[in-house]
Formats: sequence, C-alpha cells, structure tokens
Amino acid sequence: MPTHDLNVTAVRAVNDALHKLPPDTNETLWQIDNPEGRHAIGVGIDAPVDVEINGHVGYYCGGMNKQASIRIHGNAGTGVAENMMSGLVHVMGDASQSAGATGCGGLLVIDGDAAARCGISMKGIDILVKGSIGAMSAFMAQAGSLVVLGNAGDALGDSIYEASIFVRGHVKSLGADCIEKPMTSEDRDRLADVLRRGGIDGEAKVEDFRMYGSARQLYHFHVDNIESY
Amino acid sequence: MCGIVGLFLKNKELQPELGAMLSRMLVTMSARGPDSAGVAIYGAGEPDKVKLTLRVADGTDPAQLEGELAATLASPVGACVHSSHIVLTVARSREAEALDWVKRRDDAVQLVSVGSTMEIYKEVGLPERVAHAFGFAAMHGTHAVGHTRMATESAVTTAGAHPFSTGEDQCLVHNGSLSNHNAVRRTLQREGMTFATQNDSEVAAGYLTWRMKHGASLRESLTSSLDDLDGFFTFVVGTRNGFAVLRDPIACKPAVMAESDDYVAFGSEYRALSVLPNIAKARVFEPEPATVYAWERP
Repeated sequence: MPTHDLNVTAVRAVNDALHKLPPDTNETLWQIDNPEGRHAIGVGIDAPVDVEINGHVGYYCGGMNKQASIRIHGNAGTGVAENMMSGLVHVMGDASQSAGATGCGGLLVIDGDAAARCGISMKGIDILVKGSIGAMSAFMAQAGSLVVLGNAGDALGDSIYEASIFVRGHVKSLGADCIEKPMTSEDRDRLADVLRRGGIDGEAKVEDFRMYGSARQLYHFHVDNIESY
Repeated sequence: MCGIVGLFLKNKELQPELGAMLSRMLVTMSARGPDSAGVAIYGAGEPDKVKLTLRVADGTDPAQLEGELAATLASPVGACVHSSHIVLTVARSREAEALDWVKRRDDAVQLVSVGSTMEIYKEVGLPERVAHAFGFAAMHGTHAVGHTRMATESAVTTAGAHPFSTGEDQCLVHNGSLSNHNAVRRTLQREGMTFATQNDSEVAAGYLTWRMKHGASLRESLTSSLDDLDGFFTFVVGTRNGFAVLRDPIACKPAVMAESDDYVAFGSEYRALSVLPNIAKARVFEPEPATVYAWERP
C-alpha cells in the first residue's frame, strides 16, 4: 500500500504518482498522512483507487476527481471535490465554502456541516450533507441533487436551473426563482438513491424531506420583459 | 489576497511562547501575502506608563532619539530597539508632550502605535524575514495579531502594512477591500479623526476607534460596522483585553478558528493553525458570515 507523509513528500509528487496510475493498477489503496491543511491534495485523479487522507486538508481536495474514492479523515477547506466528474469524496468533518462547486458527477458526502455556497453551479454531482449548509448554497445549480439532513442558510438555490435540493430541516430563506415543489415518485427515488449511496438509507426517511427547485421564471424569455432587452 | 493570524491565550503558562507560536503561524501565510508583514503584540505594561512604538528613519541613531526625548521631557525614558522600530516608554502624564516631540521629529520617526501594553512592528518584505528581523519569536504576551500583505488598495510601503492602530491599545488587520472607505474617512475626519495613509483598512480601524470612543463595546462597534462599512472583509481586532473576528455577510475572504482551554486562534487558512500545540484537541470551526466573535479578559 503506497503511504505518503506530506511532511516528507511534496503534494505535487504525490499527485504526480496518482496521475501516472494505469487504469488496471493493482495499487488500489493509498494513504496520505499529515496533510496539515495543504492545498490541492488528490486533485485530478483518474483511476479506480481508494485514497485515505488522515487529517485536515486545505483548498480543492479531490478536485476534478474521476473514479477514485477519497476519504478525508478531518475537515476540508474551500472547494472540496470541485468539478468532480465521477467517484466519491467523503469528508468526515466539516467542509468550508463552495464544496462540490461545478461538480459534473459522482458523490460528495460531508458528515459535518458545509459553509456558504455548497454546490454552487453544480452540474450533475450529487451532494449529501449530514449537517447543515451555509448561505447561497446551490447558487445557479444546473443538475444533480443536493441533500441536506440539517438546515439551510439564506438564499438557498438562488437563480437555480434544473438541480434538485432536498432539505430535512429548516430553510432560512429561498433565493430568487427557487420554490418548494411537490415530490414525484421519480424525485423520491432519486433522493432514496443518494441516501443509499451515502450509506444512510436506514437513518433518514424520504418523507421527512422537502424539495426545492426552479420556478423557471428567471431564465425564460418573457414578453413582459421586452423593455429590458 | 492577504493572510491573517491571531492568537488569544487563555492559559497563562503559554505567555512566554506567544511570539514563537505567532511567528510560526505568520510564516505559513507567506504565500497569501509576500509583500509585507506585521504583528501587534500585547505584552507587559505599567498603568502609569505608555509605550510609543516608532519607526526610525534610515540613518538615524535610535540611542540619540532616546536621549533627545528624555531631554525634551526632562525625565527618564525607557527604550527598546527592535530592528527599524524603537519602543519608547514615558510617564502617562507626559504622553502629550512626547507625541508633540514625535510630530516635530517626523524627519526621523514615524508613529506606529501608542499603548499601555500593545506594540506594533511592521515592515515591507517576506514574512519570514520580517519576523526574524524584529525577533517576534522571543516576544512574550497575552495576545497578538499578525498580517501578511498582498497589496491591492494602496502602495507597498511600511505605512500601508498591517496592523493599523488608530487608538491606544487598539489594532486591526484586514483581508479584503472596502468600497466606501473614502466616504467613511471624510465622515470620521469631520469628527476630528486623522489618518496617516490612503489605505481602506486604516479607515476600518478608525471607524472602530471612533465607535469605542463614544462608549460602544468592541462587540457593538463591530456589529455597527456591518451597516456602515461596505465591501469585502475579514477583520481581526485587538484591544488591551479583547480579541474579535468579523466577516462580511458574503464571507468572501477565508477564515478558520480553533478554540481550546489554552487559546483562541485565528488563521486565514487551516495551515496557520496546524503549527499550534495540541491543535488536534482544539475545536476547529469556520466563523459564520456577518457574525461577531469576541473574547475579552476580565
């Protein structure tokens, strides 16, 4: 099992080694020790490997991930799993702002809270936050599901396109063009799927959530607004 | 960008370590602010004395300044030289005369701070070099605030480096940029305040000093700044017995904090906290937007 101590080996060297992995690698379990808040750990991996990071990480950890399962045994700084394409990033503590930003696929699980702008401009990633999320989360979100077991801060889903937001707790306020919507059986299935993939299908009931999405008034041309163009 | 670090000790036994702990934190934030660095440190003081921290112009002999001020006041002056700065300690009853002398000698000295316990040291240069030149690591105290600067709003000069001090034992460091600082500066100037630079952060410091002068607590001053200051900011503020943190409502600028039985610590990034003793046992959290966090010693 490759093990790297970041007090000894530079982040860039570890990332290089991860980038060079062939698709059929047998080195499928990686351990990274002493991250100590360093930035860009495990960015750009494209191989079906498990990476265990033992401690708190800085910015952009697991960014652009494809296929890998990355577990962070601590907190994550700004932009964890940003632009993830596939695979899993699991933060076992809290995440700072812009978690899962612009993510296109895969699953981001945050055991604690996520700060402001969680899922900003998400494009297909699924995000499961077991705690609460900060203000302006899912801003301009385009696709994917943001599932929150706790509460949501101000201006949830501002200017949202077609992503779905499921919140079990209280929503402080909804942003422009974001409304509560009735859940169809298809929506319930998607929510159940995220809960199952996040390993908590037994602990959280689909019927305890409310769903929020786009009122579709902001991004369609409307003849009454012709004066504005 | 800019980097901020701050440390407010709860455990008295750590006081001899304050400077060493803070300089380690400061150096981790070099990439966020390689232009300049500075520290406000709250150390020893006597109630009937006041410390003037002055930056000494190149080519001026600090020992001569000490003698000159002592002769002007016709009383002894304590002096301590740290690289380009000198701390002159005078009787509180003679403070006004001493400040008059500083004004007269503006060819040789620049006033950096006035305080019963606070001293401010700041210079242009890489944080590691600045910390080494001033000998931060050997300094003792109860709390300290540090800053690494990447200039945006005004020139890279020592006067533009942080912390800023606009009142006795008060300091502020800022990451971000204010958009209404010129209007606020004019308002404060009409109230009789003076400013040494064109810097937006000095206006924020002056605003808090003005509020506190009119009886507001540190917490109240910061709360009202949310209405009166516009722009992006993370502020860390020190007073003689207090330490506070505030982020703007959008929370654009990063902030992470740690609290344990031994200390309250602030860093722009977790890297700055990772060098602290027993950080694994501290509660690490991100301060909420538009929320004042304040700690005060009785």
